[in-house]
Order: sequence, then structure tokens, then C-alpha cells
Amino acid sequence: MSEIGTTGDRTPPPSTLYGLIAEFEDPDKLVAAAEKVREEGYRKIDAYTPFPVHGLAEALAFHDWRVPWLIFICGCLGGITGFSLEASTATPFVQMLPRFARMLPTMNEISYPLNVGGRPFLSWPTFIPPAYELTILFAAFGAFFGMLALSGLPKPYNSIFNAKRFELATQDRFFLCIEALDPKFNYENTWEFLQNLGADSVSEVER
Amino acid sequence: MADVDSPLSESEPLNDVLITGKPTYRSLQERINYLVMAQRNHPLGWFIAFAVGFLLLNVMLMTITYLLYKGVGIWGINIPCGWGFDIINFVWWIGIGHAGTLISAILLLLRQQWRNSINRFSEAMTLFAVACAGLYPLLHTGRPWNAYWLMPIGPNILGMWPQFRSPLVWDVFAVSTYATVSALFWFFGLIPDFATLRDRAEKGPVKMIFAMLAMGWSGSARHWQRYEAAYLILAGLSAPLVLSVHTIVSFDFAVGIVPGWHTTIFPPYFVAGAVYAGFAMVLTLAIPIRAWYKLKDMITMRHIDWMAKVMLTTGLIVFFGYIMEVTYGLYSGDKYEIALVLNRFKGPYAFFYWLLIFCNGVAPQILWWNKARQNLVLVFIVCQIVSLGMWLERYIIIPVSLHRDYLPSSWGYYTPTIWDFGMFFGTIGFFIFLMFLFIRFVPIINVFEMKELLHRILHESHGAHDNAEHGKEAHTSAEPATGA
Repeated sequence: MSEIGTTGDRTPPPSTLYGLIAEFEDPDKLVAAAEKVREEGYRKIDAYTPFPVHGLAEALAFHDWRVPWLIFICGCLGGITGFSLEASTATPFVQMLPRFARMLPTMNEISYPLNVGGRPFLSWPTFIPPAYELTILFAAFGAFFGMLALSGLPKPYNSIFNAKRFELATQDRFFLCIEALDPKFNYENTWEFLQNLGADSVSEVER
Repeated sequence: MADVDSPLSESEPLNDVLITGKPTYRSLQERINYLVMAQRNHPLGWFIAFAVGFLLLNVMLMTITYLLYKGVGIWGINIPCGWGFDIINFVWWIGIGHAGTLISAILLLLRQQWRNSINRFSEAMTLFAVACAGLYPLLHTGRPWNAYWLMPIGPNILGMWPQFRSPLVWDVFAVSTYATVSALFWFFGLIPDFATLRDRAEKGPVKMIFAMLAMGWSGSARHWQRYEAAYLILAGLSAPLVLSVHTIVSFDFAVGIVPGWHTTIFPPYFVAGAVYAGFAMVLTLAIPIRAWYKLKDMITMRHIDWMAKVMLTTGLIVFFGYIMEVTYGLYSGDKYEIALVLNRFKGPYAFFYWLLIFCNGVAPQILWWNKARQNLVLVFIVCQIVSLGMWLERYIIIPVSLHRDYLPSSWGYYTPTIWDFGMFFGTIGFFIFLMFLFIRFVPIINVFEMKELLHRILHESHGAHDNAEHGKEAHTSAEPATGA
């Protein structure tokens, strides 16, 4: 059930072609197909599924390490921000700074140490809760906005949505796409190759 | 599916099949999204419940208006009982919220797949509970228009900083962080579901709204990999967040020197109590929702069974907390602590204390019996008793500890006023209002996680499996496709 144009015009101009997409009904077939596509040497490939399929990212040899690192860095920033805020306001540290650092009026106004019952200014155990909460807050921001930003979302226009029946990608069909910009991409060969992977259908995606 | 069972009595089998019936990816999705997509055919029951919620919400708004106009004197608080219903309800609502995060985050980390069908609405429950809770710290201050003084906005604007060593300021950080992270986590889980709704909606403003909410989600495997990583880490962040937030709330009391407050059992006891109350609320929501919206094959008797067990466990921990409070009080040898314990046993509020022991300690023990956990009416009633019990616990901790502390000349009594009750029931209305809006406009079960669960179930059934047949033939997971 593949959609083939007439023999004469099977090679459309590449500038309007985003890629070729294969549709599967079964996620395991998709994972197997993805492995074969990668073995064949294609690199600009992606799969589209309604839910995360175990093994698919590995089959595509994709693992973005930036997300966990970003979250970690944001968390550290949160902790440092929180603790510095508290420590700088509660201790008379401004007096300990060299004179040039106290040039900005703001720097002089940060410290507001209060002697509460003779307890130390740098009462660090009491500084833990807000710093801890800010760590988690900043890390959560890193996770949420980081994940979206690294994936390029929100994305108003995505060529892949031009694929036929693509609305099923978030429902119950599984797609595999090889982009036309891939160095190994050749319209006829790639088309044949996708058909032989056991896809239910193969079609073009306009840019 | 003709469902002739009455909603609160059950004749379903108890087994480990997490999705019963003959589900396909499409059928799961349609069943859940039906509520959102078929707006015109919404059942009458929804309107009635929503009207009740709306009515009580208006009661809440009236009480808040009068409070802002007249001040906190309209409540029953006085000296010595500076805190009453305001803080009781704050802690009660925040505690309820914690179960949602536990289900969403902690059960995810523990790889408990049964969470998949309950995590969306319990996370929504968390958000709305935190919204109700957050009103109180803002409004119980004598001059709520100065609430911004609690924020560390800097010397230029305010001329001074908040006291970072104070649990009240810790609350500001904890509750705002909790609200924000819960909202982010909830919305994060919704992005793929909004994409499904976008793809199912017909062209028009509705499709555009879902498209904007879905942020262009395409289901790309690369995006899913990042998504899963971020989701897991968000869960890993939410777990200590739950523990820390209610610990910080318990510090409101534990850091003080009032007898009955100054005890180290409070942080774990509060956290367990929060989970206890929260699961009671989750079950209070789950039992009717699964019946009214025909979701019995996704929220099965097994789910109810496990949630009841969690409730029982945390109830036992809370009861241990009660025993510890009494032990610390009596063993301390401190006459004020001993006086407090005896006051709880036989003082003016003794009725509430023993009611508390019954509600939280005795009544839920019925859940030890299998048959009891399978009787939905009984479980529902026990949940209400537990909710009441957890409210009473905060009542015993707050006004009853405050009303008689060190100096007998300062002793007094706490009597709530109509405005106390009005605001409390008002927040319950606010919660119902938000919950029913959520039920109508957002998928109440996490669609993609159900599909993922179904995929795993299909995978685990090697060969033909009657219950979970999808597509044309029985699925054999062992062999990958080797071509056409």
C-alpha cells in the first residue's frame, strides 16, 4: 500500500522534499527497522511515536546528555544563589570586602546582620531550607525549559506534519523518517529500502 | 460497555491485570479523551457537582472579602491561641497535596506501573490542594497587603530582608517551590497528551488551543529521549521536595518551644500524615470518578487495593507518631510536657483527642482485611473518616497545644467562628470547582503513559493473550520483524 507516483516523475525536486516516511503499526517493527536504517548508514533519521518506545533511542543511537547536565548545573546555581542570598544578608561580610567592591551603593546595603539571642551570624543550618528549595526550583526550571529548548520547542512549523496520516503519530501509529538532506539519501533507493523494512506504507514528506 | 454495577459496590475480580478488557492504543485514548472531546454531551452530574463547588467558592470569596475588610479578629483566634483554623487548614491542604506528588514522582522512581492510570488526576489534586493551602499563609497575616515583605526582594525596594532563619519564611520558599514544581511537572506530563488532542480535534479554535499547549510536540524519538530523561529527573527532584516541604511545614511547630510542638518526631510524622491524608483524598476522588466516567478497567480493583494498603501503612506510621508524642511527653519528666499529655487525655478538648485516635488509629485498621479493601463503600467511608481524622490531628496540635502552655494566667480557649468554617468549606468548594474544570477540559488519565503500559503488558504476554489483543494477530515479542 505504498504511494508511488507515475514512473515518469518519481524524482521530485529535492528542495521541496523534507524526506521519506514509513508507517508502522507495531512499535517493535519500528525499532527493528530503525536499527536497520542506521546500519545502512543513514544518519538524519528520526522516529515518531505516540509514547516513548523502549529501545528506540538506542536503535537511533541517540542520547542527549545535555539534559541531565543542564539540570545539575541549574540545581547548583539554585543552591549557590539561595545560600549566598542568605549568607550575604545575614552576615556583615560587606565590611570584609576590599574598598573597591563597596563602591556600588547596593553592595553596602546587602548586609543586615541581626544578633538574635547571641547566635552566630552565619547560622548555616538555618540557611539550608531556603537554599534547598531554590536548588530544587532552579533544577526543575532547568528540566522543564531545558528539555523544551534543547528540542527546539515550542516550534510553530515542523515539516514532518506534512506527512500523510501524521496525526496518527500521537495516536496509535509509529513512523520512521529519513530526511532528504541525509548524505546517503537517494530517492529511489531509499524508497525501496524503506519498503523492504516491513512498513505498512511509505510516502513523501513535503518541506 | 454497559455497566450495570452500581458505582459503590463491586463485583470485579481482584487480579494483577492493570488494564482489563480488550484495550488497544486507540481505545485507551478515546476512552480518556472522550470527556474532553465530547463537550456537548457532558453528563448532568458534572453540572450539579460543579454548581456545588461554585457555590462554596463564592462563600469563600465572601469570607475573604470580609476578612480583608475587618481583619483576622473575625476568626476565633485570640491570645493564647494565635493560630486556629487558618493554620490547621493550611497544613491539612498541603498534606493532601503530597500524595499526588508521591504517586507521580516516587512511584515512578520505584517503577510501580500501577501509578500510570492515577497519576494525572492526583497531580492535579496536588495543584489544587496547594492553591487552597496557599491562601492561608497569605491571608492569615494581620495585614495581607504587606505579604510581599516575606519575599527577598532586596534592600532597594524594601529596605530590609526577610528573616531567613524563620520557618515562616522557609514556608514561603517551600510552598512556592512546591506549587511551581508541581505545576511544571503536571504540565510536562500533559504536553504529549495535548498533542494527541490537537491531532484528534477538528480544525478550529479548539485545535489551535491544543496546538499551542502542545508546543509543536511531534512524538519525535529524540524529543522522547530528552523528555524521559527530564521526566525522571523531575520525579527525582519532586521526591525530596515532598519530604522537605512538609518537613518545613512541621518546622513551623517543631522549632517553637510550645510544649507539644517542640518535638523531633514532627517531620517524619507530618510527612507520613500528609501521605495518609493525601491518599484518602485520592481514593475519595478515584472511587467516584472511575464509576461515573466508566474507567473501571484502567483504575482497577488492584489500584484501589494498593492505595488502601498505602493508606493503612502511613496510618500506622502516624499512629506510631501519636504514641511517640505521648512517650516523649511523659518520659521527658518536664512538668509542662506531662501536663500537655494529660490535658489531651482529659482536658477540655479530650473528646476531640479520642475522636482523633479513633479516626486515625482505630477505624482504618479495618483495611487489613482483603474483603474490606474490596468493598468500595467501606473504603470510601474510611477515607472520609481519615480525612476528618487528619484534620483533627492538626486541631489537636495547634489550638489544643496553644491554649494551655507555660503560664496558667495565659490559658484560654479556642472557639471557631462561622467565618472560620465558612472559609474552610469555601476552600473545599474551590477545590471541587478546580477539580471539575480539570475533569472537563483536560484528560484525567495520562494517555501516553497508559499506552506505554499497554505496550509493556503486550510485550510481557508472549504469544496469544486474550485480554490484551491489539491489531490483527497475537503479538510475539521474541522475534523482531525480518522484512516484509
